[in-house]
Amino acid sequence: MVRDITIGQYYPAKSVVHRLDPRVKLVSTLLYLISLFLFRSISGYLVATIFLVTVIRISRVPFSFIVRGLKPVVLLLMITVLFNLFLTRSGDVLFHAWIITITEGGLVTAVYMAVRLIYLIIGSSLMTFTTTPNELTDGIEALLHPLNKIRVPVHEVAMMMSIALRFIPILLEETDKIMKAQIARGADFESGNIIQRAKSMIPILVPLFVSAFRRANDLAMAMEARCYRGGEGRTKMKPLHYKHRDYTAYAIVIIYVIAVFAIGRYLPLHIWIF
Amino acid sequence: MDMVQTEKLVFEYEKRDEEGNVIGVSRAVDEVDIDVQEGQFIAILGHNGSGKSTLAKHINAILVPTQGTMWVNGRNTKDPEELWNVRQSAGMVFQNPDNQIIGTVVEEDVGFGPENLGVPTDEIWQRVEDSLRSVGMIEYRHHSPNKLSGGQKQRVAIAGVVAMEPKCIVLDEPTAMLDPVGRREVLKTVQKLREQKKVTVILITHYMEEVVDADKIYVMDHGHVVMEGTPREIFSRVDELKSYRLDVPQVTLLADELRKRGLKIPDGILKKEELVEALCQLN
Repeated sequence: MVRDITIGQYYPAKSVVHRLDPRVKLVSTLLYLISLFLFRSISGYLVATIFLVTVIRISRVPFSFIVRGLKPVVLLLMITVLFNLFLTRSGDVLFHAWIITITEGGLVTAVYMAVRLIYLIIGSSLMTFTTTPNELTDGIEALLHPLNKIRVPVHEVAMMMSIALRFIPILLEETDKIMKAQIARGADFESGNIIQRAKSMIPILVPLFVSAFRRANDLAMAMEARCYRGGEGRTKMKPLHYKHRDYTAYAIVIIYVIAVFAIGRYLPLHIWIF
Repeated sequence: MDMVQTEKLVFEYEKRDEEGNVIGVSRAVDEVDIDVQEGQFIAILGHNGSGKSTLAKHINAILVPTQGTMWVNGRNTKDPEELWNVRQSAGMVFQNPDNQIIGTVVEEDVGFGPENLGVPTDEIWQRVEDSLRSVGMIEYRHHSPNKLSGGQKQRVAIAGVVAMEPKCIVLDEPTAMLDPVGRREVLKTVQKLREQKKVTVILITHYMEEVVDADKIYVMDHGHVVMEGTPREIFSRVDELKSYRLDVPQVTLLADELRKRGLKIPDGILKKEELVEALCQLN
């Protein structure tokens, strides 16, 4: 179930990428994602691939672990590829039968799109593999801090995110417990069609919600008892400070973006196999 | 010096029907006077619904009295200006260990209180280390709280309160959801804290065994304080305790039964050793 998804998981390892400031990783990931849409030539892809592979190598996250993260999105990937393949009409017709037409343009777009999507997912999951959820929330809080001026409750949102992360395993365990309790009372979660199965979830969801609300109430009381009063006047146990390596990382990413843009635009290395 | 003092404290809550109309008022705490001196170990006993938890929540200003007053460290809890001072001087540990741990890593949870108080970063680290050491959880500092046992979680919760350097710690049934091993762990920790940090401890519980070392015991029933005194005084009144649906420790009960059968055993036996001694001196 939820436990099988590796996207968003943390992979503990000792690497420079792990030690980077979460802000650097967030900004770099964003820049990398944007950079994937800045070129339309093989040379651009080449640079993006070299960059991605290098970062993966440095991060010491095993390649197999990263590939496993792609599994849940395979279906989405296939749909995108097929749509591009059959619906793009440009260039020479490579294949034509009945209502199916595959053009050269379609094939190229489909392959490019697939590579882009895969890089997109790998790039963003590499960030979550190398950053703990706490660092991530801290990073988001720090980056979005300017939004405080237009009254966006940045600290509160970050606090909610970290509390949600803390309670995911607790609620999973609770779901398991309630399920067993209902099975012991004769509940059946496995037979019937999809609607019947959905209906049979009600005896799980109702107690789960009741208990979640009760927990929320308790937690709020415990937080207040420990003098929590929002973000104002609060100090940080682990404040974010840019170090030398963080500036280096920023520089590398910016150089990469410029390189990919320049090479992809002005050195259009079209090597068509067809 | 008075640490916690109440004067005719009353707390009422409104009973509502399903549409939210008030159908009556219920008194959870009724004209309670308690007085806790600095450094004391005070126990508040009572059966479910006796008002003991409601009283405890007043000490931390989570609830404020409907009538009467509550002073904590010389501050009136009704005064909104003093709210955070009150909460800092009286830390609170709750019953459910899962629902009071905020951080996703042990040390971050312990740091949560000091962060809220605006303590400088270096000092937060110092306090976190000290308090984790004092509850014996320092080797778990990088662990996730989800993987700890109940007793360990509760010790982390205590460390979280200790890191705020309160003068008084209120423990609201901290052992109610724990197994015997966890219960012992928590009580040992509390005792150690009392010896090392000289904090005032107010323990709310319905387990009699936990309170034999207390300086003073208050027994509550239906919102009233019905008995107060040292453990020896309280436990010598076995029948009265039973009428408030409280069990006395087994040793005390045994001693009491033996005395009723005519053996010459003194009143208010609290510990196994005392009973052994008394029995040996019979001949």
